[in-house]
Amino acid sequence: MKTGELDYADVQGLVRYGYGRMKKARYELLRVKDLAAARAWLRTAKINSAVAMEPPPKTALQVAFTAPGLRKLGIHDDVIAGFSHEFRSGMAAESRARQLGDVKDNAPENWEWGGFGKEPHLVVMFFGEAECYSDFVEKSKGAAWHDAFELLSEPLRTTDLDGIEPFGFADGVSQPQIDWEQQQATTHAQFNYTNLAALGEFLLGYPNEYGKLTERPLLDSDDASKHLLNAVEVPRKKDLGRNGTYLVMRQLEQDVRKFWKYSYEQSGGDHDEAEKLAAALVGRTRDGEPLAAVSHQSIPGVEEKETHNQFTFDQDPAGGRCPFGAHIRRANPRNSDYPGPPSNLLKKLLIMIGFGPRGFRDDLMSSVRFHRILRRGREYGSGLKPEDALTGMGADTPRGIHFICLNANISRQFEFIQNAWMASSKFSGLSDESDPLVGTRQPIPGCPVTGNFTLQSDGGLRRRLTGMQQFVTLRGGAYFFLPSLRALRFIADAGVDRDVRPPS
Amino acid sequence: MTPQSNFMVLAPIQPERENELRRLLASMNDAPGRVNPNNALVPFAIFEMLHFARLLILDDKTSGDARVYGLPPRKFPLYLAFLGDMDGEEEGFLEDLARRASTGLRAIFSCCEGFTTDTDLVEWMKRHRSPSIANYVNCRGRTVRQVREEAALLHVLEAHLAANTHEFHGLPPREIHEKLGRFIDAEKSAGRLVLSDEEPAPLGWSIRKALHLIGVPLLVLLASPLLIVAAPFYLFFLRQQEKSDPELCPPVDQAYSDELALSEDHDVTNPFSAMGSLKPGLVRLLTTSGVLGTVNYAARHFVRAGRLGRIRTIHFARWVFLDDKKRMVFFSNYDGSVESYMDDFINKTGFGLNASFSNGIGYPRTNWLVMDGCADERKYKEFLRRHTLPTQVWYKAYPGLTAVDLERNTRIRLGLELASISEKEAREWVSLL
Repeated sequence: MKTGELDYADVQGLVRYGYGRMKKARYELLRVKDLAAARAWLRTAKINSAVAMEPPPKTALQVAFTAPGLRKLGIHDDVIAGFSHEFRSGMAAESRARQLGDVKDNAPENWEWGGFGKEPHLVVMFFGEAECYSDFVEKSKGAAWHDAFELLSEPLRTTDLDGIEPFGFADGVSQPQIDWEQQQATTHAQFNYTNLAALGEFLLGYPNEYGKLTERPLLDSDDASKHLLNAVEVPRKKDLGRNGTYLVMRQLEQDVRKFWKYSYEQSGGDHDEAEKLAAALVGRTRDGEPLAAVSHQSIPGVEEKETHNQFTFDQDPAGGRCPFGAHIRRANPRNSDYPGPPSNLLKKLLIMIGFGPRGFRDDLMSSVRFHRILRRGREYGSGLKPEDALTGMGADTPRGIHFICLNANISRQFEFIQNAWMASSKFSGLSDESDPLVGTRQPIPGCPVTGNFTLQSDGGLRRRLTGMQQFVTLRGGAYFFLPSLRALRFIADAGVDRDVRPPS
Repeated sequence: MTPQSNFMVLAPIQPERENELRRLLASMNDAPGRVNPNNALVPFAIFEMLHFARLLILDDKTSGDARVYGLPPRKFPLYLAFLGDMDGEEEGFLEDLARRASTGLRAIFSCCEGFTTDTDLVEWMKRHRSPSIANYVNCRGRTVRQVREEAALLHVLEAHLAANTHEFHGLPPREIHEKLGRFIDAEKSAGRLVLSDEEPAPLGWSIRKALHLIGVPLLVLLASPLLIVAAPFYLFFLRQQEKSDPELCPPVDQAYSDELALSEDHDVTNPFSAMGSLKPGLVRLLTTSGVLGTVNYAARHFVRAGRLGRIRTIHFARWVFLDDKKRMVFFSNYDGSVESYMDDFINKTGFGLNASFSNGIGYPRTNWLVMDGCADERKYKEFLRRHTLPTQVWYKAYPGLTAVDLERNTRIRLGLELASISEKEAREWVSLL
């Protein structure tokens, strides 16, 4: 399918850059107060695009909308109906919360924001280098800001912890590499793990890993929509989604003291053992070095200098090096479409009809290339060293991650990972355990215990930890649409003087 | 080996009593999607042979789809379906049901056409049986009792290991195996653990199975001259239809999707019920029958325990024709949430999915019957969701256990019963714990 050149000038910069050099950032969750003022701000806001700049910019402004936000801004319901189910019904819907494991303390009714009656309309994200950040925020907001919007809650501030997340581990080590040039064929089976992901997994309007286009609103061409790009598959239609994507936001509060206390207790108070155990829970040492062995075969989408990503779990089938339930193994099992690359067609056919490898753990997992996310989150709160976590030193103010990820299909990407891999107590043939970091440890029918963790041993009896508490609590969350700059203009103009005509 | 069988009672609902029936069914649940296993109407838990059961109203919102072929809309009755999968023979089970849940079943069936106070319950259920055209059992021979005994075995082993960690630390796998074997033998002798022996397969069942095993290929062989002559014509018509059959995969109504979601994901396993109309014409009817006949034959005689193709998350599944083969309904019990279920199918067994479901009206376009189709993920997911029916009442005899859990537990038990075990086998066995 020919989708044409990608116009970086139309894509919000966050899709391409994490803005890591801009150490300051905050996210303001807003509700529209005055429509005209809000539209005026959106029309004139200087949103950064993904065009590579030399020298790189010192500040960046990004904006994304929830479904209620789009509705509030006058986007017609029939247009909104073109977005995905999960975006429209939102993260806090009851059955969705159950699916994501957002229950008990993590349930939407306990959230600080995002739950019923507390949904934001939009999020405005400010990034900047320290010396110009405050001016930039003020200037970006302009005079009419307070007429246009009201803050839903305190601005979500972030802290620069120097690439270390609050538990003390290097953060954001592994990211999929986007196939911007659309050079990797996706429609054929992949026999080896690849870190190169189809553009359509992260931007709407481009072929995804199935070689297909993800759903998004396609509009009739009229005065309002004429600036939008044409839809690839129906050229007479205007594509509101193209060059945009979905942004998932979750405020994850981390109980650092509890995490390290547990690790120490389980290690008999031995410092080195506690470090080792914590590394096993994560699947990496605190420096980010993977516990799994370096792979000698090159991995598409992993550059040579990324030594911390040059691995799969193929050489660790028994979980002896990196436990099956370790956080990074759950989040990305680094597998391919087939268990063990089939060497010929006959073998492939045999696998297809169920006569492949017959080991207990063979072929349990879905192929990971359909379940990748691009993480763009940042830490908040003050840092706390593991030593201080134990001694009671340091502040007791809330800390954690403003988890942000981008994906074109929320249900197949973010939700799948969260539901089938993170929250599931049945991941990879395990039982009675959920993700060691983010699991809620809540019982499910027939499984009273989900707070275990198993350290497999290659050739001996596994070690089983029990009684793990909940280390991470969800404080808020929402699904946003991160529009292209063309779509942003359409949104800003929607409902002005006229109703946007629904697609016929 | 105790064979598994299934039943399905299907009866038209009296239109004026539909609401009453819905209320009755809802009364069997503690909450939507959460059955009370001891509910007053059909206390499922007392039937120790029963693996899964469900009661649902076959309210097919897509029955008007035939209009895309220019066919007049057909009026189908609104059915109640009561189905289940169990150990042992169907007939005996229906009698058992009628004996022990007579009042509740009578209350439910009295909302159906032709059921009066003096109807003979067993005879009525038998008369309303709706047999499957294809049937899949995750592990033939594994009884509910075995599932429970093996779950208890695991529990005892875990507790023993937890209490004696140091004793086992650093031991080679064969010694661990031997030690645990002795421990379990002692538990069994002390009567604290029961692991029943397999019962012999009923003679009649074995004979029927053998006849089926030989008979079906024999019939195919006999018919082969005809099949060879007909094949080119068949393929010609199939290809023609494939290229022109309309697709019907509009986005599912949000409210309907939300209603379905309300009763999903309360257990690690979910029920799936889907219904639709077959594409008109002989070609599609023959294709469906042929494909499902093959599935049924393979599932009965060949498939490896625990695996339907590459899928390891289905406990039981079946396909049933309705209304003179105009419509079809599919039921399964699968592990995980519906999104992973759909992905699993697309990625792991898309060809089988296409072959069996592409004969339904509106299915995403296939190529040579097995290619493309569900590979159009978005269309396929909308198609499937649109054809999914809410399952009003659903029972599972072993909450919290997935098919993979059951397989692990069986592997642990079988390994434990081995008198001698190689080093490699011992390593694999110990890794199951």
